[in-house]
Parts: sequence; C-alpha cells; structure tokens
Amino acid sequence: MAKTILHKAATRGHADHGWLNSHHTFSFANYYHSERMQFGALRVLNDDIVAGGRGFDAHPHDNMEIISIPLEGALEHKDNLGNTVITKAGEIQVMSTGTGVFHSEYNANSDIPAHFLQIWLFPNKLNVAPRYDQVTIETGRPNTLQQLISPDQNGEGTWLYQDAWFHMGSFDKGGAATYDVKKQGNGVYFFVIKGKFTINGQELDSRDGYGVEDVSSFNITSLEDGARLLMMEVPLIR
Amino acid sequence: MEPKQLNILAVGRNEEIMTVMQRLLNAPENWKGLTVTTDEAAITAFEKETFDIVLICAGVTPDEEAVLTAYFKKHSPDIIVKRHYGGGSGLLKNEILYALEHR
Repeated sequence: MAKTILHKAATRGHADHGWLNSHHTFSFANYYHSERMQFGALRVLNDDIVAGGRGFDAHPHDNMEIISIPLEGALEHKDNLGNTVITKAGEIQVMSTGTGVFHSEYNANSDIPAHFLQIWLFPNKLNVAPRYDQVTIETGRPNTLQQLISPDQNGEGTWLYQDAWFHMGSFDKGGAATYDVKKQGNGVYFFVIKGKFTINGQELDSRDGYGVEDVSSFNITSLEDGARLLMMEVPLIR
Repeated sequence: MEPKQLNILAVGRNEEIMTVMQRLLNAPENWKGLTVTTDEAAITAFEKETFDIVLICAGVTPDEEAVLTAYFKKHSPDIIVKRHYGGGSGLLKNEILYALEHR
C-alpha cells in the first residue's frame, strides 16, 4: 500500500532576510514544524534566492551530504579544503562534509540574484573525510530523466555517501517518462522546479513536493511545456 | 515546551566546529551550552553539572557514542542524548525542539 505525503508549495516555511529569501520544505533554522522533519534520508530542501553580491559567510558543516543546484545565476563556493569554485545554472555541486568543512557561498554576480536549491541528506557513513565535487547537467534531451547523483563512484553524474539517486528532467507538454526505484525499500521525493506534472495520477504544481513510499515504479507526465522535475530516491531512515 | 533554562552539553572532535557550537548553544536566552572535545571531558562536565541534553557531534564514532549514551542514561535516565548533524545553525534549533517534544 503506497504511503504518500504532499507538501504544497505555499505550505513551506519562509524566511526573508532581505539578502536571502528562502522557502523551506522541511524544518530548518527558525522554521520548525514537527511533522516536517525529513523524508527518510532527505532532511533539508531549501529554495533560496540570494541577492547580487551577497551570501553566506564562512560557516561549518559536518556529517551531511550537501547538494547545491543553481537554477538561475551562479554561486561562488570557497572552502577550507582549498576549493574556490563557481557553480552556475546547469551544474550541481556536492559536498560530503563528514568530519567537518568550513565554507562560504556567495552570489557570484553583483547585479543579478542567484536562485538555487540546497539539499541535505543524512549520510550512510559518519565521519568520512570531507570531499567536494561538481558536475554539469546535460541538456538537450527533453522528456528524459538524467541521473545526477548515485552511490556509485563510477556511475553517471556524481556520487555521495548515501544509497540515494537523484534525477532531473525537462519536459514538453505531454512528455512522459517512467522511473523504477533503484533499491527496494527506498522512497522517492518529487520536487517540481517549474510547470505542472502528474506522478502516478497525483497532480503537482510548481514548487510542490511529493513523497512516496512503498511504490516501485512511477509514471511521470508533464502538463506544460518547459516543465522541470527533480526526483530524489532516498532510504526511508527515521 | 522548553524548560526555563536548557543546559546542553555537546561533545565532538572538531575543535573549530565546537567553537562555533559553543557560540550557537549560548545564543538563545534560555540555553546554556558547554562544548568539549573528549569523552573524558564530557564525563567530567556531566559529573559537575546537570544537563538536559547531550549532543553527539562530528568525529565521535558510533561505538564511542554508544558508550557515552549508556553512561549518561545510567546516571541520568531522563537525559536526552542525540546525534547532532550538520555542524551549525541550520538544524540545531529544530533538532533540540523535536527532541524535547518527543522525549
């Protein structure tokens, strides 16, 4: 029996700090909702807009797998591992923070906002040596789900310390795809970046989130041109 | 509901992160935090003060966590011992609120 949770976009937590406008699907910082702590290993899904030239000063992270996906603009990342990297729309960044990383994230442009998703997963292994990676998202294949992340170091996209698979796709109106769960027992969390979709009959609007447990296969149909979907398959740890 | 004052002990191995944690744990008016980097210092602090919550932070292995948890629970059955993830401000507050709500 499928178990589902629908998080409509308008029900997310919201924080407007002027330089940072953030929507939180799950409890984060000063947004606390005891029914919205996680979907399995997926603990944070923040939808952030950072003003031009502004950003997060150096701050620590540990024992989290952190994925940043710029949607518009670019972020400059600096860390104490020696990385100084600009990640722009069309690329994704992954950090395994393990025993601890200090990093800063700034909008790389002074004149336009940077819009990005930041996603945190609980790791499947504590206290690993921190690592950083960045990959380019392939474009030009509409109505196809592209693998961004897997647990496999030799797999398509990049990898992290969790039995998790991330896929993303851009779709035309009526465009369809199927997705089969990679690991039995995992759940899938869908996040609509743009447009409208139906997922196994459930209609989703832009910025809606939809978590599904105990289902092994999904039928995805786009209801609009230019629709964009992020899928996160994660273990259902509590 | 949060108690009038919440005494929090945090043990982790990364000194720089624990310095940040020390500041974060003492920022809310009704929180009082102490951070240590060794299990011995954690036990010494526990014997001197009464804590409501112990946070197990980065660098502490699951085996070390199990030993510490057993020790704290044996001597203070109501104490909350919780693994802290993230190393900073993002999850700290709602980890603690959730633990208090579900104790």
